[in-house]
Amino acid sequence: MSKHRTASPAGPHGPTVAPLRSQANDGAGSPAHAAATTTAMAATHRTRPSTAPNQVAGSSVSSEALLQAINLRKTYRKGKHEVPVLRGVDLEVRPGELMAVIGQSGSGKSTLLHLLATLDRPDDGEIWFNGQRIDNASTRQRDRLRNRQLGMIFQFYHLLPELTALENVLAPLMITHGYLSYRVQRRRLVERAKTLLETVGLAERLHHRPRELSGGEMQRAAIARALITEPQILLADEPTGNLDGRTGQGIMELLRSLNSQSNLTIVMVTHDSAIASQADRVVQLVDGQVSGS
Amino acid sequence: MYKFLLCWRYLRTRWIALASIISVTLGVATMIVVNAVMAGFTQEMQDRIRGILSDVSFEARSFNGFRDPAYHMREIEKLVGDDIEVMTPTVTVPAMLSFQLHGEWNTRPVQLVGIPRDAMQYASKFRQYLQHPKHREQFRFELQESGYDVRDHHGGEEAALRVRMEMAGMVHRRNMIEYRRQWEQRLAAQDSPQGELPAKKGGSAASEDAVADPFAAQVSNPFDMADRAADPFAARNDDTQADPAAPLTGCVLGIGLASYRHNGAEHFLVLPGDDIQLTFPTAGTPPKAVSDSFTVVDLYESKMTEYDSSFIFVPLDKLQELRGMFDRESGTTFVTSIQIKLKDDSRGSIVRDKLMEAFPPQFYSVSTWRDKQGPLLAAVEMETAILNMLLFLIIAVAGFGILAIFFMIVVEKTKDIGILKSLGAHGSGIMGIFLSYGLSLGIVGAGAGMVLGLLFVHYINEIRVWLGNLTGQMVFDPSIYYFYEIPTSVNPWTVAWIVAGALAIAVAASVMPALRAARLHPVEALRYE
Repeated sequence: MSKHRTASPAGPHGPTVAPLRSQANDGAGSPAHAAATTTAMAATHRTRPSTAPNQVAGSSVSSEALLQAINLRKTYRKGKHEVPVLRGVDLEVRPGELMAVIGQSGSGKSTLLHLLATLDRPDDGEIWFNGQRIDNASTRQRDRLRNRQLGMIFQFYHLLPELTALENVLAPLMITHGYLSYRVQRRRLVERAKTLLETVGLAERLHHRPRELSGGEMQRAAIARALITEPQILLADEPTGNLDGRTGQGIMELLRSLNSQSNLTIVMVTHDSAIASQADRVVQLVDGQVSGS
Repeated sequence: MYKFLLCWRYLRTRWIALASIISVTLGVATMIVVNAVMAGFTQEMQDRIRGILSDVSFEARSFNGFRDPAYHMREIEKLVGDDIEVMTPTVTVPAMLSFQLHGEWNTRPVQLVGIPRDAMQYASKFRQYLQHPKHREQFRFELQESGYDVRDHHGGEEAALRVRMEMAGMVHRRNMIEYRRQWEQRLAAQDSPQGELPAKKGGSAASEDAVADPFAAQVSNPFDMADRAADPFAARNDDTQADPAAPLTGCVLGIGLASYRHNGAEHFLVLPGDDIQLTFPTAGTPPKAVSDSFTVVDLYESKMTEYDSSFIFVPLDKLQELRGMFDRESGTTFVTSIQIKLKDDSRGSIVRDKLMEAFPPQFYSVSTWRDKQGPLLAAVEMETAILNMLLFLIIAVAGFGILAIFFMIVVEKTKDIGILKSLGAHGSGIMGIFLSYGLSLGIVGAGAGMVLGLLFVHYINEIRVWLGNLTGQMVFDPSIYYFYEIPTSVNPWTVAWIVAGALAIAVAASVMPALRAARLHPVEALRYE
């Protein structure tokens, strides 16, 4: 599929792609949104009940995909200039695969990951997770999803500096549970966090603050934090981008072993083809569009 | 859960936030101290007012008074008998006080109050303000031999010495009579040509005499004697004129009438044992001026300058007799007012309203002590309210300090907020972190302020003395304020309100930064460097 300016009926998912987004779920109404929506609607003016939880036969939503992006568009606005970052990305992540999204700086790969992780909303297009549409879900539902079913790691680790490694790993559980419920289950949850930290090789660093850890150790702690809620999918944004070759390789090996042993689905975004080549499947992102997979 | 953990960690790692709370602490402490002192002052003042005024006074609008107080008291008893502890008939009349000072007549306007001779039932604290210890036990308008207080008995050791009170009493009276006798002898000698020199010498010696001040009040001069001879009642009652030292009818002077203050100490013009002259209108029509001489048997000091410098108390029966406030045929008397002491002072206005309804208002007025001192009490209340408002503004200003520091912290923590959101924390949870942070700071600040304020109130007099020693200046000069100790009164509710207000401000100041934190976009927050 080559560069179409707008969603094409000839796209891989056919004409059923719905450019009309639910207005109710997109109340932000930023100028960028509005502009993008208008463009999309001008191109394909078709409707489909976007709230249907499960797609009927003949739809573009793949039944075997764990996470699927359909015709994702995202435009950032800087002053008067609109900068289109994603121009209709279609992506399908199957359960159990280790997939790499590779692209140059500015190709929109981080934006894509943020959209997949429900940290941001697309201007247009859909995201389906486990047969549920998540891009237009309510904020609270998306928070819940991020907390319980998605794991995320970042280039700059993003650990909370005030907390120890153990507390950082426990943070998602503290968010899940209220004060009392956490108190009651504390012993069990702490055990789980310790086991997980041992798995990633940080048994000796439980009570160290992030600033007392090396880059590789911080990334390992971040991975443990991402996995503590036993998510179905791990989204990694340049997981080795800030590490030297050997440490980065160590992280990659950890991810691969998690993928193969625990059958964890991983989507990894990187600009490093050496790292990407270790994935089961590589998707290349060029100028906001997928170019061959 | 993460809210409390993070809030706690932020508290422990950001001491600068505590700096913003110091102004809250100081504001709360100051408010507690100011309120305690103002309340103490008000209470003290009310006590003093009530020392002289009865709870409710039932008064005739005319100076002539009303007939038959016993009948009126029965009627009042019928109406509000359950609330009344005791009733006292009194006569109040404006009068002129005259006494001799340095040979000159000194005249002042006063309020003359006639009270029953035992004076037991008059306003609750009246006797406590008298200067002779025996009089504080029992008072019957009798002059004591000596032993009047040389210090203000409310002030203890701290009070200034009143040297001249040492010789007050019968001793002073006899000394004065002896002195005057000698003085007249010298005058007589002066009149004869050969006694010129010794008399002059004697006169100057006498003026420096420490025992008896030649210029102190002296009343028994020829004019005074003439006046008394002219007064039929005085002439009739005074059987003791044979003994010049025997006291006349007793009277009690306010200390402000008998002395003046200079450099923080009283200088007496009139002492117990001296005679004074009172002139007042009779109850007849048209009123005529009547004068009579009285012996000062004691002074009272309520520390309410207004009362201390205007009231003179005399026996009721004597005043009625002099003013002609009795009916020879029926044997009934007249009084101008009935002072009512209640069992429960808080029912004063109810009693007043009942009485006002029952008695014709064109002849009688009924008022509580609060009514009489309304403007003064209202002024103090107003002052307290304004002070509270100003001090609360200080705490509000502290609120803006919190606001600024919180915005700083939110900006500093932008990335962490992004991380928490990426982990699935909801906006309300993020807001909770900062709200509970604000609340914790408020609790710390207001709590410290409360402790500080209460400690200050508790040790306020020690602090006053210490500050006085440190600076060499009397911080709270009792000679100016008539207080020997700074009066304080802590009302738990006031303290609770102040602390609650400070907490509310701390939380309110953190609402805006917390909202901002809650609304941060996760992606932008994560990108923030």
